[in-house]
Amino acid sequence: MMRIIGPIARATVLEAVRSRMLWLVGAVLALSLGVASFLHQVAIIESAPIQGAVVGALLRACAAFLTVSFVVMSMVREFNDKILELMLAQPWPRAVYLFGKFVGFAAAAIALALILSLPLLLFVPAERIPVWSLSLACELIILTAMSLFFVITLTHIVPALAAVLGFYILARSITAIQIMAAASESSMRWTDRLADWIVSGIAWVLPRFDSMTQTAWLVGQPPTMPIIVHVLGETAIYTLLLVAAAQFDLHRQNL
Amino acid sequence: MRERPLSDVPRWVKALLVAAFALQLAFGALQPRPRAAAEDLGPPPSEGVLRLAAVGEPIALGKLLMLYIQAFDYQAGTRTPYRDLNYDHLEQWLDRVLELDPDGQYPLMSASRLYAEVPDSAKQRKMLEFVYREYLKDPNRRWPWLAQATVIAKHELKDLALAREYAVALQKHTTTPDAPPWVRQMEPFILEDMNELEAARILIGGLLASGQVTDQRDIMLLDRRLKRLEERIKAERQKGR
Repeated sequence: MMRIIGPIARATVLEAVRSRMLWLVGAVLALSLGVASFLHQVAIIESAPIQGAVVGALLRACAAFLTVSFVVMSMVREFNDKILELMLAQPWPRAVYLFGKFVGFAAAAIALALILSLPLLLFVPAERIPVWSLSLACELIILTAMSLFFVITLTHIVPALAAVLGFYILARSITAIQIMAAASESSMRWTDRLADWIVSGIAWVLPRFDSMTQTAWLVGQPPTMPIIVHVLGETAIYTLLLVAAAQFDLHRQNL
Repeated sequence: MRERPLSDVPRWVKALLVAAFALQLAFGALQPRPRAAAEDLGPPPSEGVLRLAAVGEPIALGKLLMLYIQAFDYQAGTRTPYRDLNYDHLEQWLDRVLELDPDGQYPLMSASRLYAEVPDSAKQRKMLEFVYREYLKDPNRRWPWLAQATVIAKHELKDLALAREYAVALQKHTTTPDAPPWVRQMEPFILEDMNELEAARILIGGLLASGQVTDQRDIMLLDRRLKRLEERIKAERQKGR
């Protein structure tokens, strides 16, 4: 099994290296350094924390966008070029192909998290960066699985990108939405109760991206061990769920 | 593209999906529910930062912020909601929302109807003062909230001087025909409660003579009030002799 998964994963990583993604990563690095030097010019005090916080948030958003677009574009290209059909015609189960693709995309995402963490060394104490990078890698792995699931289900670029980015924004804001919905907890009106339950239900099936890769870890208090364990646990469970859902959908498709 | 039947999906994939979903539900259910405690309401960001965060949608952000602020300390079973809020921060937040969405009525409604209802006169006064200050910026749209503030000042704070100040402002600055006549007629009634009978009589007489009051029922009410005032003044004078 590993003899098949390995080459598929390697081919996926090679695609990431040889495509223009590296140019985009370079552009993101240049943009972040440009933003940092601008902030250095305008900040009167706390220049380094301001640079660290803003550049960290910018890099996180760019990493998420690059990962999602790479997975979606790559998979749609495989659909269009009939590579997927060629792969499924081989004497191995569909699950192996999908798992190989996931491993390759996840490896590329981890590499991306590491590369995009490097500029932070200029503004943030080095000991703060590993945990932030680890969390960013976890976030990107979840996004990889999410993109894979949506692109297999929807098979087109725009719907898949829109679905993943919509889920990402929802997952990052669900805590704030829950806080707002809690205001109706005291209400006995059934519509308020229903709204509260729906929000709680959505929160149960979403990853808590707002508690991952926090800027506060770079410029404020570093995370405690239970928080790190929580991030790792959430990544493992949610990735498993998304990969299982993607496997289910791929097996149902009439290819 | 037609889908293959469910039976084509390997059993282990189905089992994995169900198990992973159950695991995620259990993980989600075990997370503590996020709550906004009163003491968590810190100072707001500056208007510039909020406008930047609004990415060109300040009104939408203002309305969302109002819902966010409202979530603080509004908990089930709390007999006196909002009492633990830091009112300095609260006022700054309401101010920011009005800066983002000046036509929105929610911040002033909340200030005069929710946050001014706490059993703490210092906090009540802070909210009333906020409503008064903001009323002066747009009297014809914000008069309902200053009218409410006047009632609170008179009946809850029992501060007739403050109530009169607001009533005078309502009379002086509210010019829209949308506002009912009583909004501009509050001062004489407060003066009467302050035992400033002569001043109240002059004001009511002036109102009637000015022709500003056109509704027959309002004229009758004021007329009756004027007669009662004159009787009280007469009685006071006789007592004085």
